[in-house]
Amino acid sequence: MPVETWLIFILSFMIVGSIAALEIKDLLSSIIAIGVVGLGVSVSFLFLQAPDLAIVQFLFEIFALIILIRAYLRGAYHVKEPSKSHQILIAVSILVLAVVFVLSIQVFKALPEFGQPLMETSRYYLQNAANETGAANIVTSIILDYRAYDTLGEVTVLFTAILGALMILHLKSPRQTTEGGDEA
Amino acid sequence: MKHNTGMTLIVRTVTRVSVWLIFLYGMYIILHGHLSPGGGFAGGVIIALGFLNILLAYGRDFVDEWLNIHLMKDIEASMATLFLALGILGMSFGGAFLANFLSKGELFRLLSAGTIPILNIIIGVKVSMALFIAVWTLAILHISKGGKE
Repeated sequence: MPVETWLIFILSFMIVGSIAALEIKDLLSSIIAIGVVGLGVSVSFLFLQAPDLAIVQFLFEIFALIILIRAYLRGAYHVKEPSKSHQILIAVSILVLAVVFVLSIQVFKALPEFGQPLMETSRYYLQNAANETGAANIVTSIILDYRAYDTLGEVTVLFTAILGALMILHLKSPRQTTEGGDEA
Repeated sequence: MKHNTGMTLIVRTVTRVSVWLIFLYGMYIILHGHLSPGGGFAGGVIIALGFLNILLAYGRDFVDEWLNIHLMKDIEASMATLFLALGILGMSFGGAFLANFLSKGELFRLLSAGTIPILNIIIGVKVSMALFIAVWTLAILHISKGGKE
């Protein structure tokens, strides 16, 4: 089977999974359904021959699942009652989606074939990356040599995010058990 | 506290053996980032998952005793500085910020690709520390909530 068929199969599987995650009443089953969506992304990366992305997506999915299930087991969540405006919202969003789809049918005709035109930059990377950087894994040579600025930005984002998490979560938890508990 | 003691003896024993293999695999992924799929981010997440495994199996009290969280915080922050320092070294030796100024070496060798493996190691250490600290902070937050009940 060609890659596109597999991709369509996985994508429909993911759509079913996300609908299930939204609709299932049991919270644990909903978390598992979210996991199905994330692992579907990982498998589709594998089919698109991007093992680097597949590994990272898979690991982060496991990480998120562990945290979500842990939070579920400890009961650290609120249950929100569904309101009446919920159904109206769903109807409106389905309508908007349909309108956008109808309006964008022309675009599908103009789309090039799947993965066909190899871009100028990617052709350059494929031909020169191994010689210029000496790295056998071209993905690594791009993220750490050609596009190292991006990686520096990512590192900074991670650093700032951890600082923020420590600031918000750590400051008020350890000693203020008397009054800090109810707002947490 | 009761829920700080972790899981049963079987889980602990399996963890004691398997966590080192997880760490080893994470280091392999980081060190071979320029040769095979993976790299600093993936390997860092694997090592963070190993730490998370210990945290889940042995509980928070053990982790607080076994690991120096403040040292981990400092290492995490200094890794960002090291990344920048390597970029500035590239500026002075290679002519551009984050330039690959070391020798390229032979393709498919472990010691090749100049600064790329070094950057991979820096990112791997940073990601593993950062993710583990995030989870550890969440665990702390939870315990203060449980203490009130």
